[in-house]
Amino acid sequence: MTSLASPDNTVIEISQLTTRFGDHVVHAGLDLVVRRAEIFALVGGSGSGKSTLLREIILLQQPESGSIKVLGVDLENISDAAALALRQRWGVMFQSGGLFGSLTIRENVGLPLREHTGLSDTLINEISEWKLAMAGLDPEVGAQYPSELSGGMMKRASLARALALDPELLFLDEPTAGLDPESADEIDQLIRKLRDLFGLSIVIITHDLDLLWQVTDRVAVLADGKVQGIGTMAELSGIDLPATRKFFDGPRGRAAQQQAAAPNHQQDRMK
Amino acid sequence: MTLIPVAPAEITRTSSQELAVSGSWTAHGIGQIETQLEALSASFGSTMVIDASRIEAFDTTGAWVMEKLRRRLFCDSIVIEIIYLQPDFAKLLEVVGQEVSRQAGTGKQAASEPPTRLTSLGLGAAAAFEQGMALLGFVGECTLTLGRCLARPSCLRWRPILYNIRSAGFDALPIVGILALLLGIVVAYQGADQLRQYGANIFVADLVGLSMLREFAPLITAIIVAGRSGSAYAAQIGTMAVTEEIDAMRTIGIAPLELLVLPKIFAMIIVLPLLTVFADVLGVLGGMLMARAQLAVSYAEFLDRFVKTVSVTAYLIGIGKAPVFAVIIVTIGCFQGFRTHGGPDSVGRQTTRSVVQSIFLVIVADALFSVAFSALDL
Repeated sequence: MTSLASPDNTVIEISQLTTRFGDHVVHAGLDLVVRRAEIFALVGGSGSGKSTLLREIILLQQPESGSIKVLGVDLENISDAAALALRQRWGVMFQSGGLFGSLTIRENVGLPLREHTGLSDTLINEISEWKLAMAGLDPEVGAQYPSELSGGMMKRASLARALALDPELLFLDEPTAGLDPESADEIDQLIRKLRDLFGLSIVIITHDLDLLWQVTDRVAVLADGKVQGIGTMAELSGIDLPATRKFFDGPRGRAAQQQAAAPNHQQDRMK
Repeated sequence: MTLIPVAPAEITRTSSQELAVSGSWTAHGIGQIETQLEALSASFGSTMVIDASRIEAFDTTGAWVMEKLRRRLFCDSIVIEIIYLQPDFAKLLEVVGQEVSRQAGTGKQAASEPPTRLTSLGLGAAAAFEQGMALLGFVGECTLTLGRCLARPSCLRWRPILYNIRSAGFDALPIVGILALLLGIVVAYQGADQLRQYGANIFVADLVGLSMLREFAPLITAIIVAGRSGSAYAAQIGTMAVTEEIDAMRTIGIAPLELLVLPKIFAMIIVLPLLTVFADVLGVLGGMLMARAQLAVSYAEFLDRFVKTVSVTAYLIGIGKAPVFAVIIVTIGCFQGFRTHGGPDSVGRQTTRSVVQSIFLVIVADALFSVAFSALDL
């Protein structure tokens, strides 16, 4: 979408990553590659280090050793200026929104534009409202404060803010958690639309089996500080590993798989 | 504001019907040409050709600006033809065009006008009135709960009362003591110069004794406690309101006032007079130290005079005000806590409000006491 594309086809490259909290080892020599314009999901049980990995990728936390390269930039010993430039090339949607309570929704979405570009207020307001519409929110919502919104609307508003600067890379932390099935379906479609229209690379942390089957291109299963399996959901369902089996066995796993196996039915449901 | 270095977007008019655009048509690069684009126009009914071959980068902001230009000129019957736009960029522009049409269909909301001075005055008055009524309601509710509890003393909760006595009373001893001591020193020091001129050194005991016992000790104690404990009450109850703990309490069948407010009121009514006595002692001690250092009044002389001039009434008046201040501080702190609605930033706002209002009301009450006591000749 922009000319800032790095030459190769990789957006995130992690090698031999180690993270430790005291004696507790979170990542033990983890390797991972995310390609351009793919929808990539990180799954794993509670405490498997998904969120820590995300925080390390988006420069909120330092790993103990190992290297992380995002959009061709090595995060180790990154200068402040380079970090700032890099931060404007990705967008993050936090699990509980991370919206600023003292600003209206429109101001929240417009904040990255106001802070980092020289655009006029009128234009920023127009663009913020349009991004809100793109995330599926009514224009009236723009004047409200985050505390007045429902959980689903908060997620959408947070997504709209993540998209404000037209990032190349989008991180979504539990985008469908706590949503009703209809809103979750709409988020699924929105994620796919963003990738198809703008060629975004999207990294998702999720437990939502429907989202995993319907939307993702590749999935990495994290357990014991390493990536246990990586591939499409169909490929992973064939692997016999305890960490991955948890996602396919059990009534929920099977139901989501059957749903995905009947694409026509799915199309009808979405219409 | 931090700008990423990019080649800024540029627009040049090559002839009356032709434009050449170049640079980054992105959120970062488009800022400079915004006004230029707004001023752009051509003769009615003509066609304008935009050569887009030299656009380096194009994002939704750039597409939005381009689409807006196209629409504005279209209203003047000027048709824009964009040529040599890269296929990726053209696709993006098309998508943005569709979105803009869809949004135009939903209709723009009317921009809300800022309220006039009269309107905001009216709104402020209405809010103050509403808050006053709510406070009255809260006091009433507390009184009813108190009545119920006194009728059935088994529902008094001793553990929170004792906890509050420790946290609001015992833990406040050092700060109350230090400030009262300093206040005594200051009063004696300020008076020393005047008294020495008249050779009335011994009257420093009257000065320090009466002012500390009647006014300063109860007031400084109440102000410290309002800042220390009143704010903590507002923050605690406010946080509980935001995290739905108050609602959970109600559904379980525990009256929040009974668990959260009454123990604090009881504890504060016990503690504030005691703290005031402590402040009296240290305030007078401060005055004594200063009297000896500045006015050569020995401790024995000071105490002798103190006992003669400062009546028990003065002491009791000071102590008597403390329970009233205690009720004001707890009521306002808890009331503002319960009024917290919405997000976490509301907790901060209510906490600030509780401190400001309780200190304000404490001083107002003190003034009323002075008027009443002078009318009663006490």
